[in-house]
Amino acid sequence: MVNENPIIEGFIEAIELIVTLDPQVVEITIRSLYVSLTATFFAALIALPLGALIYFYEFRGKHAVVSTLQTLYALPTVIVGLLMFLLLSNIGPFGFLRLLYTPGGMIVTQTILIIPLLMGLTVSALSGIDRDKRYTITALGASRLQTIMTIIAEARFAVMAGVLLGFGRAIAEVGTVMIVGGNIRGATRVLTTAIALNTSMANYSLSIALGIILLAVALGVNITLSLVQRR
Amino acid sequence: MRTNATLPTAGIIAILLILALGAGCTGTAPGGNETPTATTTPAGGGNVLRIATTTSLENTGLLAELERVYENETGMDLQFIAQGTGQSIDSGRRGDVDLVLVHAPDLEQQFVDDGFGIDPRCIAYNYFIIVGPESDPAGIANMTPVEAFKTIYLAGTNNTPGVIFVSRGDNSGTHNQEKVLWEQAGYDYDTEILDTGGWYVEAGKGMGDTLILANEQQAYTLSDEGTYLSFADRLTLVPVIAEGAELLNRYSAIAVNPEEHPGVNAEGAAEFINWLTTNETKEMIGNFGAEEFGKPLFTPLYAPECAEPPFNCTCTGEVTG
Repeated sequence: MVNENPIIEGFIEAIELIVTLDPQVVEITIRSLYVSLTATFFAALIALPLGALIYFYEFRGKHAVVSTLQTLYALPTVIVGLLMFLLLSNIGPFGFLRLLYTPGGMIVTQTILIIPLLMGLTVSALSGIDRDKRYTITALGASRLQTIMTIIAEARFAVMAGVLLGFGRAIAEVGTVMIVGGNIRGATRVLTTAIALNTSMANYSLSIALGIILLAVALGVNITLSLVQRR
Repeated sequence: MRTNATLPTAGIIAILLILALGAGCTGTAPGGNETPTATTTPAGGGNVLRIATTTSLENTGLLAELERVYENETGMDLQFIAQGTGQSIDSGRRGDVDLVLVHAPDLEQQFVDDGFGIDPRCIAYNYFIIVGPESDPAGIANMTPVEAFKTIYLAGTNNTPGVIFVSRGDNSGTHNQEKVLWEQAGYDYDTEILDTGGWYVEAGKGMGDTLILANEQQAYTLSDEGTYLSFADRLTLVPVIAEGAELLNRYSAIAVNPEEHPGVNAEGAAEFINWLTTNETKEMIGNFGAEEFGKPLFTPLYAPECAEPPFNCTCTGEVTG
């Protein structure tokens, strides 16, 4: 009655699904990439300047801000999901936007999820350059603005690495997309929620296929990351 | 001197930041608006109907079938959000969906009485079943459902080896039915069942997950017949008790009241309810799964039978939204 070997069978079917470009698999993969790439893009737009601002501008409580950001790296996705669900729900303050259960809502939520990570990593990336180079640059007669520009240029690979990490966190998380997206077939179902659902429906082969793709994306991010860091 | 140097810098960074934020805002807004044209429109848009529904319906594959047929016929984009009955009705109360498709008569009645739900129509039914290991460690075969629950409780709290009951534990329709059965067996759910030992396991998951969990633990659980049948080939659990009027499982569609939530797609909800109550649709529901699982998973409800006990519900009549 019980399938003989669901793991091996699942793997074989999974490979078939990927090789034959099963429309469902392709669609979910594209949506996952679209949501997380867009979220990473907006998060970078907001977080990189803010991170630079925190790094270059001396103010009271700077350490506290940086520590808070670092704590928020580990922000549990379900908590962000819950918060955004309450905000975006029809009875919440942003309910009028009608973003709950839409890809737009998922993008906004993932953007918020990874902003602290990108800000914190931007600060670290800029800190990593500092000191000696900064003195050298100033000693060479650069203005304050030129100094800042040079440091930013020097830190660009480290910053990019941070952005890639943020993307990795966004595409791999299941908490916010499940709660805010609602896992609607053909509308808000992404790789992680599809894996959760299909596992609960005992469609192990589809889960395995999507899992392989998710792993491949993570691997791709890692390879890019190490290439970026090597430069 | 320091301030002289920092101020312009701060200014430049601030401008960059504002630009970025501006880009973020104007960018995010289209992000939210453009996606609808691609795949979704928020509830209230004419072409999308959002339906909060139960995991037991989703797991059987019936929803995918209804979606395929209805979308072909009407071009309406049906979006099912599988949540469990309690949460689904809550989504309806908040106006986050246009329609609910659920199975907990008490919760449904309250939803309608409170003015949030309108035009309830019962669609189909099947039976809950008590499934468990073939060895039946509590010895409940041939009992009535209520006797069986009593026996499981006594065996479980006495630590009889092998007697475990897995509960959905998620305020779903099935979970509500389970609570009703404990109460009929004479136990107060909150004080006498919850936290009374290792025999009572709360899964907190959908029907399929719960069946798989119960199967792993070789435990008893309450399942709807449809989900059990569609999972049967992956389970060693067998239906131990499949008869009893207490086990009736009735599914209904209820529209969200547009007077409470003006943004909902009331017209779409009414059209879908009318489509669900046509004879063709009922016939389709009545045949669903017959080929794959050996017997149909649901029995459609027809008038006048549906208005009589044990159903006591409305299953015909055009609704207008």
